[in-house]
Amino acid sequence: MGSWPPEVKGTTSRFKRPLGKYKIIKRANCNNCGLCVKLCPCGVYKFIGKKVMPLREYRCIGFSCEGSEHYCVAQCPEKALMVIKNPTIEALGDYRWTSDLILSTWYQAETGNPPDYMEYKIGNSGGGFDRLRFSFEFENQNFSLKEDVSTTIDLNRRNDGRPQVTISVPWYGGGMSFGSVSLTTMLARAKACMEWNTFTCTGEGGYPEALIPYKDHVITQVATGLFGVREETIKRARIVEFKYAQGAKPGLGGHLLGDKVTPDVARMRESVPGISLFSPFPFHSVYSVEDHKKHVDWIKEINPKALISVKVSTPVDVDMVAIGSYYAGAHIIHLDGSYGGTGAAPDIAKKNIAMPIELAIPKVHRFLLEEGVRDEMVIIASGGIRTAYDIAKAIALGADGVVIGTAELVALECTRCGNCERGRGCPRGIATTDMELSSMVELEWATQRISNLFHSWYLQLIDILRRLGMHSITELVGKTDCLFYIDKWSENG
Amino acid sequence: MPKYHINVKPAPPRFLPPGKYVLIDREEGCLGCKYCVKKLCPYGVYNKREFDSIQLRDTIDYYCRNCLYCVEACPGGTITLMVNPTYLEIGDSYWKPEIITKIWRQAETGMISVSGAGYRGPFAGSGFDDMWTDMSEIVRPTRDGIHGREYISTDIEIGRKLSYLAFDAQGKLASSTPPLIEIPIPMLFSLPGWGKWGKPVLLSMAKAAKTLNTLFIIPLAQFTKELHPYIDNLGIYIDSLEELSALPKDVKIIEIPYNLSQNFQVIKTSHPQTIVMIKIPLSPEAKQRSLTLTKNGAEVFHFSADDHGLEFAEKPRFIKDIIKDIHLSLVDEGTRDEVTVLVSGGIAMAEHVAKTTICGADGVILDQVLMVALECRLCKDCLQGIPCPIDIENIEPDWGAQRLINLMNAWRDQLLEVLGAMGMRDVRRLRGEMGRAIFYKDVLNEAFASIKRK
Repeated sequence: MGSWPPEVKGTTSRFKRPLGKYKIIKRANCNNCGLCVKLCPCGVYKFIGKKVMPLREYRCIGFSCEGSEHYCVAQCPEKALMVIKNPTIEALGDYRWTSDLILSTWYQAETGNPPDYMEYKIGNSGGGFDRLRFSFEFENQNFSLKEDVSTTIDLNRRNDGRPQVTISVPWYGGGMSFGSVSLTTMLARAKACMEWNTFTCTGEGGYPEALIPYKDHVITQVATGLFGVREETIKRARIVEFKYAQGAKPGLGGHLLGDKVTPDVARMRESVPGISLFSPFPFHSVYSVEDHKKHVDWIKEINPKALISVKVSTPVDVDMVAIGSYYAGAHIIHLDGSYGGTGAAPDIAKKNIAMPIELAIPKVHRFLLEEGVRDEMVIIASGGIRTAYDIAKAIALGADGVVIGTAELVALECTRCGNCERGRGCPRGIATTDMELSSMVELEWATQRISNLFHSWYLQLIDILRRLGMHSITELVGKTDCLFYIDKWSENG
Repeated sequence: MPKYHINVKPAPPRFLPPGKYVLIDREEGCLGCKYCVKKLCPYGVYNKREFDSIQLRDTIDYYCRNCLYCVEACPGGTITLMVNPTYLEIGDSYWKPEIITKIWRQAETGMISVSGAGYRGPFAGSGFDDMWTDMSEIVRPTRDGIHGREYISTDIEIGRKLSYLAFDAQGKLASSTPPLIEIPIPMLFSLPGWGKWGKPVLLSMAKAAKTLNTLFIIPLAQFTKELHPYIDNLGIYIDSLEELSALPKDVKIIEIPYNLSQNFQVIKTSHPQTIVMIKIPLSPEAKQRSLTLTKNGAEVFHFSADDHGLEFAEKPRFIKDIIKDIHLSLVDEGTRDEVTVLVSGGIAMAEHVAKTTICGADGVILDQVLMVALECRLCKDCLQGIPCPIDIENIEPDWGAQRLINLMNAWRDQLLEVLGAMGMRDVRRLRGEMGRAIFYKDVLNEAFASIKRK
């Protein structure tokens, strides 16, 4: 690990015309005087030779600039400039990931800081995280020094003789298999997670050898399909994750549709190229909590140093599932809520099966408290964690940390178009193993974008903790009195 | 029993469905790049595009997958994707454009909709959107994908069931067993309460009902000779007792409105082997009516709400909430298992079937959704005497039937997803299983109990 926190390097979009909230129209009467180049604090305009171009119009802050001295539209001596709302923005985003959230995630991936002219904390889903707010009652007290605030969490609290695993930020990367995403995407995630002293996860598609240099920061998954699970991959991992279920498609195994099963993917999974893979559900070897224990013991036997994480989705009895995993000997109970990301899932399952993570966390947290085992278990939440504020809220609701997925992909300029599952896969080269498409993403660039996003999140978490008068993220766990819930919809609350 | 299987065949739309967005391409600003981004479209939509001169529409918006690649990659910034106003105009506040286009897609392909990335909608909502169904992590029968080796049954029975059998002194069966029909999907067909549909539509529905082996309820006034070959899969609705004599001989189900229910015994006497279904509009009185009728021997109820799933009342409740109430009252009376409860109104998506069942229905009767499958846009211009913009009166019945069959396959598959996730192998077990559902308000109040509200 180098300096802390890892350094931000400005990493701009790979596209010629990145999307922004506004568009600038430059009329033909522009005489290229260059006043706008000098004026604009966002660096929207650049000279190309002798010509002025709004090359970085995506950074334009639009009408909020109106009235200021650097408002290019008013200042232009030739009145050649016009700012309009970008009509394409309405075609970007949805209730959960609004266009503002996507654009602000891009901004953070580029600059390493949160933007100040966009909503980067909440989406527009009208429930859960989007209606929870922090009440910063300690606002007027002395803030703790930034350097004194810790975001570190321990992942082994069982005192069972297995090694302690500590991560420096309260999040790690969720399972995304080779096949569902490209090798470049996997590597970029692993490299960024190594820099931030946290983890990424192989998902259920096997452990590509290219990941071995980062093995201390790679969780490997044992999922129902057992694709690519080998003794040496289990032995390599510091954390092994059992995937019982996945929030986006609870009660269904993983899906990888035929076109995405390229020869490389098939080799890794020991399957046939071009044939769709549907992992079974549930584990054919587990029908009871005793079987579950046998499962956990099996991995513990193969790798005496590994921690065990159990990933489950959020049924009515999720609290019972969590206590079952405790007695089976798991270190981490990983709750995956129903609104999380996925490479492919039936829409009916995404929307309707099992409960959102916001409702499951407090249920499990309280139950483990009542059972007297909360201190020994690590609760990790995932499934719709989009922002630094979501992370903090999940922890305040009772989780120790979170798992993220979609946000990392958005940092790589995913638009959430949802076409990951079909044909050759992602049109932006992220969630695909198609040679031509995946060459659109460059490893260095992708690593830095993810790292920059983490940097911005880190700053925000420190800021939240300081404003709450706390010194450590562990103090926030289950502190629901820091939160309030907006019963009625409020636009700016 | 052999595995039930639905044969799907693509049934492409006759009219291009409006795209959610429209691509707009400004010519000025084009730099004339050698490798234009349009050539690099991952879906090749620029190569595939055609202009339909009849509909005056470019197919590009139908093919475009909204990935925004060209918008961001064009160095001249000449391409814009905009919300399509025509798309927003389809349907209404309940039958939203997303629902309607999803129905079209399923009717075309017969496939359930699968997508990448997470859920995109609101956290929760009203009506069917204030509940989630359950799943089970480990303790459940295994299965290998939804079409696996272990069969999940979606059969339901329609008719009255006896709570017990009586025997005479000689030990002979003394109870007479009422007629019972078993259908392989918990979905029946009927016509919406509005609109002019024409013979090809009726034929499409009858053909689909026959292929699927379900039932199509049709008013006697619309029954014609052409429909006679489908009689085994028809139920006939009559408005008055006089119509009784005009019924075709071998009809399997007679549906009567509530106001004829006092004549139930009369009808049963003349048609002892025909199931008589009583249609009760959902209103505050519906519960008491159904309790009384059940005591008096009723066999099947058809509870109908309006097209938005709402009760006919001043402060209407939503269909699933009323059904819950009625179901639980019948359970309290100890008579729930004697009658079959079918419901209609506002059933627009496969998940609605599962949720209605959880709230206590045995099955659903589909109406408006079937018209949407036949490309109806719910403009209701026909009510004003304006010609149907998609000429629904003149569809090809085989095509129409295939669209309905495709939709039913997609819906059944989704029902299997829900059942499978819960570890159930029979849809009949889902009925009234409210403990296997998560109701938003309850779980919110429980989970956020310690959080201040503002």
